[in-house]
Amino acid sequence: MNLREKLAAGRFVITCEVGPPKGVDVTEMKRSAERVRGKVDAVNVTDQQSSVMRLGSLAGCCLLNQWGMEPVFQITCRDRNRIALQSDLLSAYALGIENVLCLTGDYVTLGDHPQAKPVFDLDSVSLIETARELENGHDLAGKELNGAPRFFVGACVSPEADFIEPQIMKMEKKVEAGAQFFQTQAIYDARKFADFMSMVRHLKVPVLAGIVVLRSAAMGRYMNEKAAGIRVPENLIDEMDKASDKAAKGVEIAVRTITGVKGLCQGVHIIAIGQEKRTSDIIDAAGL
Amino acid sequence: MKAITKQKGLAEIERLLEKESSVFLVGCGTCATMCHTGGKDEVLEMARRLVDLGKTITGSVVIPTVCDAQDREAVSENVKAIDEADCILVMACAYGVQTLALYTDKPVYPALDTLFMGQEMSPGVFSEVCVQCGECVLGWTGGICPITACPKGLLNGPCGGAKNGKCEVSSARDCAWEVIYERLSQQGKLDNLRKRRSLRNFSASTQPGVYLLDGKDGDLK
Ligand code: SF4
Ligand code: SF4
Repeated sequence: MNLREKLAAGRFVITCEVGPPKGVDVTEMKRSAERVRGKVDAVNVTDQQSSVMRLGSLAGCCLLNQWGMEPVFQITCRDRNRIALQSDLLSAYALGIENVLCLTGDYVTLGDHPQAKPVFDLDSVSLIETARELENGHDLAGKELNGAPRFFVGACVSPEADFIEPQIMKMEKKVEAGAQFFQTQAIYDARKFADFMSMVRHLKVPVLAGIVVLRSAAMGRYMNEKAAGIRVPENLIDEMDKASDKAAKGVEIAVRTITGVKGLCQGVHIIAIGQEKRTSDIIDAAGL
Repeated sequence: MKAITKQKGLAEIERLLEKESSVFLVGCGTCATMCHTGGKDEVLEMARRLVDLGKTITGSVVIPTVCDAQDREAVSENVKAIDEADCILVMACAYGVQTLALYTDKPVYPALDTLFMGQEMSPGVFSEVCVQCGECVLGWTGGICPITACPKGLLNGPCGGAKNGKCEVSSARDCAWEVIYERLSQQGKLDNLRKRRSLRNFSASTQPGVYLLDGKDGDLK
């Protein structure tokens, strides 16, 4: 069963994330993926995350396929216009990639090529619309395709955003445009997440809660200050501060959050970049 | 609306004028005066600096608006000083530079970088208000332009990058979409944001923009 089928069957799914290398040596990426083999249902490949130039997500997904793991192709509007985006979507399908996560993308000045031309021809909503349009057998110009792709289209939402209402409005538009599953920005407060889920229940779309594993109290404070749409409660930061084994504490908190949200959503998306061993520990400890 | 400009660094101006030994200076009485980049004071200051660099200044003029046909008159009034100069250094926006170039055969150099069309919000604080996208959306965004004020030019609401109300691109700037949300919420028009906006038409603003009143602009693009 693939991700689409598992979610349709009501299975609680687990996804995680790998970042392609800056360069062509994929040994480390392969090692990261191997650590979660058999434990996760699909692996997201980031699209030049934080606007830092690296190996592409399409190539990364292709490699995962070769390694026998199911990829989720993250695709952003930052670097490609609608011609390139449609083309990459077709390419993905031709290479056996069906899961696509449609994102707006970070702004270019956040990354390592701040002088690059930002594109943003489409946005996340119109990119979703585009993927579904291609499935209908024609492109955005209305031209017929020689063979139509079929995707499982995902999108992102931030349950802890500054203002929740515009987030939910945008989520509604994503569903209307054809989004079939959501992965959320990191959440740490299961009770607040329950409130969020009750606000979006009417959308009847699978939601995978984002779990970003804490490494230290400083990381929690840093995210509270800088990271958009992330709020780490003070009591968790305290716990991290006091813990002698920070790695074990981070895992314990993640497991607790997963246990708290398990009955509320359809899966979790665990992000522990560079520490995939911990992803696997978390999955074991959470009994998933 | 004004052309917001910034003076080029002296090193770049020196490079531009490398092969020219005498210079006629042109300032602008409108936008560049407001921006303190090409008014009377700045033209005098530039003349001093160029003299320090060993250039001869044959003359100078501050034209009330360099971006229109007043240039013709200004050029003929200063014909002698301009003739004596190897080139003209224009301390006006790029519209001014290009307009002036229509009325003289002398090489014309820009002394300023033209940043955007904007307003002076408070003294010394300039803000871009419109990037001339060709299909104005202000009618449903509460009069706030997301194409200009949101760096990504998004049409379907915030990107999720805002932190404490500030844009992910600069913590000095409010997230345009949060401002739009609040404005529409006050106006009881949040329904405007519920409507899904489809693809933007970038051909409405392809360069060079040409528009003819008789509606044949499409042929020229
Ligand atoms: S929507 Fe377009 S025309 Fe209207 S203010 Fe913004 S950039 Fe200018
Ligand atoms: S934070 Fe707001 S203004 Fe900045 S890019 Fe995102 S939506 Fe646009």
